[in-house]
Amino acid sequence: MDLLRFATAGSVDDGKSTLIGRLLYDSKSIFEDQLLAVEESSRRRGDAVVNLALLTDGLRAEREQGITIDVAYRYFATPRRKFIIADTPGHIQYTRNMVTGASTADLAIILVDARKGVIEQTKRHAFVSNLLRIRHLVVAVNKMDLVDFSEQVFNDIVASFHDFASRLDDVADITSIPLSALNGDNVVEKSKSMPWYRGSSLLYHLETVYTGGTSNHVDARFPVQWIIRPLSQEHHDFRGYAGRVAGGVFKPGDAVTVLPSGFQSRIKKIHLPGGAEAPEAFPPQSVVMTLEDEIDISRGDMLVKANNPPRNSQDVEAMVCWFSQKPMEPRGKYLLRHTSRETKAIVQELRYQVDVDTLHKKEGVPSLGMNDIGRISLRTANPLFHDSYRRNRLTGSFILVDPGTHETVAAGMVV
Amino acid sequence: MPNYQLDHLDQLEAESVHILRETAAQFQNAALLFSGGKDSIVMAHLAAKAFWPAKIPFPLLHIDTGHNFRETLEYRDAFVEKLGARLVVGLVQDSIDKGRVQEEKGPFASRNKLQTVTLLDTIEEHKFDACLGGGRRDEEKARAKERFFSHRDEFGQWDPKNQRPELWNLFNGKYHPGEHFRVFPLSNFTEMDVWMYIQREGIELPTLYFAHEREVFERNNSLLAASEFIPLLENEKPSRRTVRFRTIGDITCTGAVESQAANLAEVIAEVAAARQTERGTRADDKRSETAMEDRKREGYF
Ligand SMILES: Nc1nc2c(ncn2[C@@H]2O[C@H](COP(=O)(O)OP(=O)(O)OP(=O)(O)O)[C@@H](O)[C@H]2O)c(=O)[nH]1
Ligand SMILES: [Mg+2]
Repeated sequence: MDLLRFATAGSVDDGKSTLIGRLLYDSKSIFEDQLLAVEESSRRRGDAVVNLALLTDGLRAEREQGITIDVAYRYFATPRRKFIIADTPGHIQYTRNMVTGASTADLAIILVDARKGVIEQTKRHAFVSNLLRIRHLVVAVNKMDLVDFSEQVFNDIVASFHDFASRLDDVADITSIPLSALNGDNVVEKSKSMPWYRGSSLLYHLETVYTGGTSNHVDARFPVQWIIRPLSQEHHDFRGYAGRVAGGVFKPGDAVTVLPSGFQSRIKKIHLPGGAEAPEAFPPQSVVMTLEDEIDISRGDMLVKANNPPRNSQDVEAMVCWFSQKPMEPRGKYLLRHTSRETKAIVQELRYQVDVDTLHKKEGVPSLGMNDIGRISLRTANPLFHDSYRRNRLTGSFILVDPGTHETVAAGMVV
Repeated sequence: MPNYQLDHLDQLEAESVHILRETAAQFQNAALLFSGGKDSIVMAHLAAKAFWPAKIPFPLLHIDTGHNFRETLEYRDAFVEKLGARLVVGLVQDSIDKGRVQEEKGPFASRNKLQTVTLLDTIEEHKFDACLGGGRRDEEKARAKERFFSHRDEFGQWDPKNQRPELWNLFNGKYHPGEHFRVFPLSNFTEMDVWMYIQREGIELPTLYFAHEREVFERNNSLLAASEFIPLLENEKPSRRTVRFRTIGDITCTGAVESQAANLAEVIAEVAAARQTERGTRADDKRSETAMEDRKREGYF
């Protein structure tokens, strides 16, 4: 069955978790005991209505404070599609958790509180979604019940969002829907309170929007993850290269080049997990390949095709989201993890910081602090075999790890 | 032009296999937590596929409360033999004998909570730096928050408010001495996905998962198996009924459901129509609203 991964986005208290709760509830994806538990908790807390946000706000601290702290993953299916939802926090302090949820999404629902309109945090999340190359956006104007279901309010917000979004890069589609997550208007069923709205309900849109996936099927990239050498009687000479295809299509018989050594060989066989032979391998499959020649290959190497190599260099330009409370150090040294490779990296230069409100570039800033976004140049100890993030999400992304604390301090997207 | 689309079970399998291989690559000494329940069986099956034609490069680790269904142990031993895997068992009884934990008393006593100490002691004793668990995010609201690679401090604790960001296919398994990781390859499987995968792969399950006759009694809206491990209250009268289990754990807190579903197709039809979550039958989750989070913080599975 077709699978759509989507994430929520937007400012704190705009109703993201309530919306996901409502979507699950109205699509009958909630079990009786889960509902009972939520009703019971709501009553104990003295909420006036059943608080559907409690379906995703599962941590004690979240329930106490009534906010989302970390991303919650929820699952549901309709006859048309299967969905993986990442319900993310709106609070600026937890931006890194929002980025975590959004990094694997194909679509983002950006919530806007109808009373507040498009505010800085809305823009921040829209920009982050765009930076991560989520190309399908839904602007969900929520809490319409608090603005008398006014068409004017809705139109104004949509206009101001489009004004901002015109400065975003390569958005495929933006669909705007007026909602009340609390009451369910336009969530699963069309609302009777907003006859002026001609579009579809949120669920119908999610079921039918065409995304085509984000995989790259053009540039053959196979980062070697693990070497399989059984050394058993039966498979005495077996030497297989296990990994997940990060781009393109590989077939038995294809000529491949191994990076960084540059050795060439041909693919002998492609095995799916468990051994079945496959006529081809493409993203996001995990496979094992054997080659015609015995050559030295280890984890972190990459199999590619000679006529279409990735960039191969120690100098990388990238946009980064900074996650750590400890600011990025100028000339700071970090561990960099990219595909199956790990190497040391040094920040050469902070080129600029992005002002997420205006999308202007702020040059001459000394450092990036927590939740800041900017462009840097990096020098790595070993070459990286990479593509631009725009071309390939998997070979164009990396994380930086603090060598002392081992925290993941930044996410990077190669320009 | 071919469309290069993968069926959702193939996508889930590819993701799990990636995680399993990443665990082998990033850690020195990982173990695969094996309870004999369907999720850990599926995880072990995926591990066998991930490293084919080599053997699974991790031992299977069973934390044994001593309060088992007979069927679980029989299944475990046959399964381990078939895989050619190594089995490590951590006994809760040993933790009790050594005075590391106090056995709970009374009719509601369970060793479920004690398992955490045994688990952490076993991890320390064998110097495991990663434990693969069969937990799924759809199981429970605290689990829904967990990363694939989930960090544990030197006390084995989970800090849900301070998890490492985890983006794309990139996993950060770096730790300091004494810390370890829990890794959850089945994170994105739902209960239904697990059943459909079991069917597709033809995985054999313990007979407990299918309708059978058994002596059971009612407690707290759950049907518990009558056994030597649970003292009955006065008003509790076991009776013979046709039941099956949706999850399998310690016998004192695993609830049965009445069912006629005797084969996989029938079980799947029942799961599809179910109005209760599978953990709805687990007494250990009913102890408080955040029972699972509290246990996980301390180092539970
Ligand atoms: N009147 C009204 N209230 C709403 C609506 N949607 C959500 N709310 C309320 O807004 C408050 C915040 O809702 P949440 O769903 O927790 O907001 P959130 O966006 O998930 O917040 P964070 O995750 O912390 O960023 C709650 O009190 C909800 O009941 C709506 O459509 N109408
Ligand atoms: Mg929320």
